[in-house]
Amino acid sequence: MHFLEIIKNLSLVQWAFYFLSILTLYGALGTILSKNPIHSVIYLVVTFFSISGIYIMLNAQFLAAVNVIVYAGAIMVLFLFVLMFLNLKEESTEMKTSPMLIAAVSTGLLLGLILIATIRKAEITRVNYNDFDPNTGLIETLGMVLYKNYMLPFELVSVLFLVAMSGAILLGKREKGESHF
Amino acid sequence: MEFILLIKGLIILTIFALSLGIAAYETYFERVIAAYIQDRVGPDRAGPFGILQPLADAGKLFFKEDFIPTLADKGLFIIGPGIAMLTALMSSAVIPFGDTLLIKGQYIPVQGMDVNIGILWVFGIVSLGVYGILIGGWASNNKYSLYGAIRAASQNISYELAMGITLLSVIVVTGSLSIRTIVGLQHGIDWNIFYQPVGFLIFVTCSLAECNRTPFDLPESENELVAGYHTEYGSMKLGLYLFSEYVNMFISSAIIASLFLGAYNYPGMDFVHSFLTGKLGESFGHNLATVLGILVYILKIFFFIFVFMWVRWTLPRFKYDQLMNMAWKWMMPLSIVNLIIVAAAELSPYPLLFNYIGLAIFAFLYFGSRTVYNNKKSKL
Repeated sequence: MHFLEIIKNLSLVQWAFYFLSILTLYGALGTILSKNPIHSVIYLVVTFFSISGIYIMLNAQFLAAVNVIVYAGAIMVLFLFVLMFLNLKEESTEMKTSPMLIAAVSTGLLLGLILIATIRKAEITRVNYNDFDPNTGLIETLGMVLYKNYMLPFELVSVLFLVAMSGAILLGKREKGESHF
Repeated sequence: MEFILLIKGLIILTIFALSLGIAAYETYFERVIAAYIQDRVGPDRAGPFGILQPLADAGKLFFKEDFIPTLADKGLFIIGPGIAMLTALMSSAVIPFGDTLLIKGQYIPVQGMDVNIGILWVFGIVSLGVYGILIGGWASNNKYSLYGAIRAASQNISYELAMGITLLSVIVVTGSLSIRTIVGLQHGIDWNIFYQPVGFLIFVTCSLAECNRTPFDLPESENELVAGYHTEYGSMKLGLYLFSEYVNMFISSAIIASLFLGAYNYPGMDFVHSFLTGKLGESFGHNLATVLGILVYILKIFFFIFVFMWVRWTLPRFKYDQLMNMAWKWMMPLSIVNLIIVAAAELSPYPLLFNYIGLAIFAFLYFGSRTVYNNKKSKL
């Protein structure tokens, strides 16, 4: 009965939050549990999309849009693209052996335990409602912070991307005398 | 508060119905325009001038057999067309269809929602739109469908780059991502198309490619791939795919018109506004002026829809390598050059003048170096 009372008293924001959280977890579970890699990718897109919804609830609109464009829109399309070309009919069997399974499960549980312990101990500064700036997550504020306070790291990241891109082109380039297929 | 929510809901419902209705009649106009260009009669049986043709088409599609291939991935096969339609309709939420309505002393914008990342929202939804085609094509379990889907995906990704960079040059000029602000800055006839004509051309071409319209309709080229990604589809599922293309066309036209042609702005709008408010009172005059603005916007949208159809029945289809070469070797470098010119002009005292000077310098350098190169080659 107590549980029902709690559900009845949920505010609209809480309803949205729980809906998005359940959707995120559903997508994440689907990603690791589905046997078909294409289904995994589509579940992962659902996860990214609902995470974007949570970003919007936190008033980080720019982050939400960029998450949809970059992760859900570009990277996952490329994943799907590659997977569709491969013929993944036979399932991989390496995870079926029991030592492997035990090691994986225990590592995962340990990681989860460490995370929970750290988060419980962590001191999270609560937001003061009186002097909270509602423009915090908006793009103007974000741009100001990125280009004023963190100018050097930001530019270094762009150099890093350039290097990664050139490296990919170099690796993908056909060498002289290599066969055309 | 309740009252505003009601009006807002009505506006959203109207925009939704409008995008569906216009998309339905696009199918009719496409056939009429095709008939006119090819010197035929076109649809003229259903109602006067064949005006009921979309209804007849939809009725036919609903009553056809809904067939799912045995080896298809059933779930994905069903949700594929749904995703295509959903993503096509979602982006109309941020398009400002008109200025404000003045009701009971409150100004209510004629727009689904005014978010400060409006144009990024549209871009994100467009990049999700390819999933509908990709999923449907893969789930059909047919080689030709898969080829069509993969072509659609690679084409969309390639043209999104040039489109995004062109969008950036619009944002450099306006300094905002909200479509309402971008439109508001093009007051009167101060439209973006005069500031960046090259960007406008690139954007229109990329929209053609993003909508999978001819000359870029490689995903469904019938001489190579049967019918492309929707080979296995029939009934209303096929209908949803075809229909989503028309909705996309409407949305792209609306975006082009709002980014480059000032949406509901038209020359002399201030005069019309003050004249109407003077004659008919503050509230009614303001609303009437807004409605006039909406009509102007819809006229612009119809013009671009006409251009899309005109192009379809005029130009032949590209070859696939031509399509990719154009995206990566022409559109993207050109859009980067355009961005640099626009950004440099924006820093100068006269943006409009310096923009054209920049374009002229670029054209001079490009064609000059080409002639020099060609002369050298012919001498050797």
